Amino acid sequence: MTQIHVTTTVNCDEVEFLADPRETLLDCLRDKLGMTGAKEGCGTGDCGACSVTVDGRLVCSCLVLGVEAQGKTIETVEGIADGEKLHPLQRKFIQHAALQCGICTPGILVAAKALLAQNPDPTEEEVRYWLAGNLCRCTGYDKIIRAVLDAAVEMREGV
Amino acid sequence: MRYHTPATFEDASAIAAATSGVTRFLAGGTDVLVQMRADIVTPDDLIDIKHIPGVKDVVLEDDGCWRIGAAVAGAELTAHAGLCADWPGVVEGMGLVGSTQVQGRATLIGNLCNGSPAADSVPGLAAAGAEVSVVGPKGARQVKVEDIPAGPGRTTLAKGEVIAGVYLPPRGKRGGDAYLRFIPRTEMDIAVVGCAVNLRVDGDKITEARVVLGAVAPTIVVVADAAKALIGSTLDAAALDALAAAASAACRPINDKRGTIAFRTDVAGVLARRAAKIAYDRARGAK
Repeated sequence: MTQIHVTTTVNCDEVEFLADPRETLLDCLRDKLGMTGAKEGCGTGDCGACSVTVDGRLVCSCLVLGVEAQGKTIETVEGIADGEKLHPLQRKFIQHAALQCGICTPGILVAAKALLAQNPDPTEEEVRYWLAGNLCRCTGYDKIIRAVLDAAVEMREGV
Repeated sequence: MRYHTPATFEDASAIAAATSGVTRFLAGGTDVLVQMRADIVTPDDLIDIKHIPGVKDVVLEDDGCWRIGAAVAGAELTAHAGLCADWPGVVEGMGLVGSTQVQGRATLIGNLCNGSPAADSVPGLAAAGAEVSVVGPKGARQVKVEDIPAGPGRTTLAKGEVIAGVYLPPRGKRGGDAYLRFIPRTEMDIAVVGCAVNLRVDGDKITEARVVLGAVAPTIVVVADAAKALIGSTLDAAALDALAAAASAACRPINDKRGTIAFRTDVAGVLARRAAKIAYDRARGAK
């Protein structure tokens, strides 16, 4: 099987890899670039654990082929913190205990960041609808929603 | 699997026409990648159409038509104020497909070509009178949206044919459309029944109408009798009763765990009434 050379930008770094055209972007991120933040839950776009943004648009990386990443700008959970300094969403998830096993957390952080980028002051309902494609099987959603809303307040106030 | 990135639809069509193996066109990939993973479809040739100029365009043409490229994602339609103002029913149908993440990739034409009778965006397109431009080995042709589905998972497209874009007709004055579906939950589910209504009014009187049902037959159903029930009326109780009766009469649904035949048939009438009221209000200028 012919491998295709792909050059793309992940969290501001230009990276390259060789991909079989059947491999998903999720496989490429995890297995070729060693970025294991995005998780594989279902592999069919239902659970959102593999959420990343491609050119600013929130997608499931299991529903994108690695070869489609050519020339794109990708952001993953690894790029959310600023060095050692956690993003407000990350701090609020810890404060609110909005995670237990943590498998869904990277995808939810990426999705929530994308929401707040386009809507800095969402209602609880808007957060719930936006995150409807991110499944959590242990925490339940209440603490997650509270953490996102609390982070939104902090980010608006620029604390 | 060979991965192709043609620069024109003619090239895309030629690749598909020339191969003897299984071919899939790739736009949003929200159906194709799932089918590949589940080993339902193993393409020999995967033809990514996203490198073709114009596939991401949403353009209002000089004649009032909207041209929507084959790779425009649902989220891009929802964010397009002009399109939402002209065709809110078309956009709300597409907006019901999947999660935020799926909306980032899924396309109108993918929803159409996947061939599901329950596809949420298709009744609204057909009610709007939308056409698609088909490029194939014998050249290009315009086809009505309702003539594309042939049954669950099947379309009328011939080997080598690919859809390049959707055309919505000029909205014109005093028009309104709406799409409603029934699902057992609030979000992210497959329609048990869907109904789109598109109409035009003169004062309070309906002068044109199209009513299209989804998920109640092997393909979407354009219900001419339901449209007749609306035309000439002011959406009075008698017209609504006749609309609902015509919608229910057009149903040929399956019985499954998500809805019985009797339930789907009844709900088709209920949704037709509700969608007609929303479309009527929109046509008369309410938002």
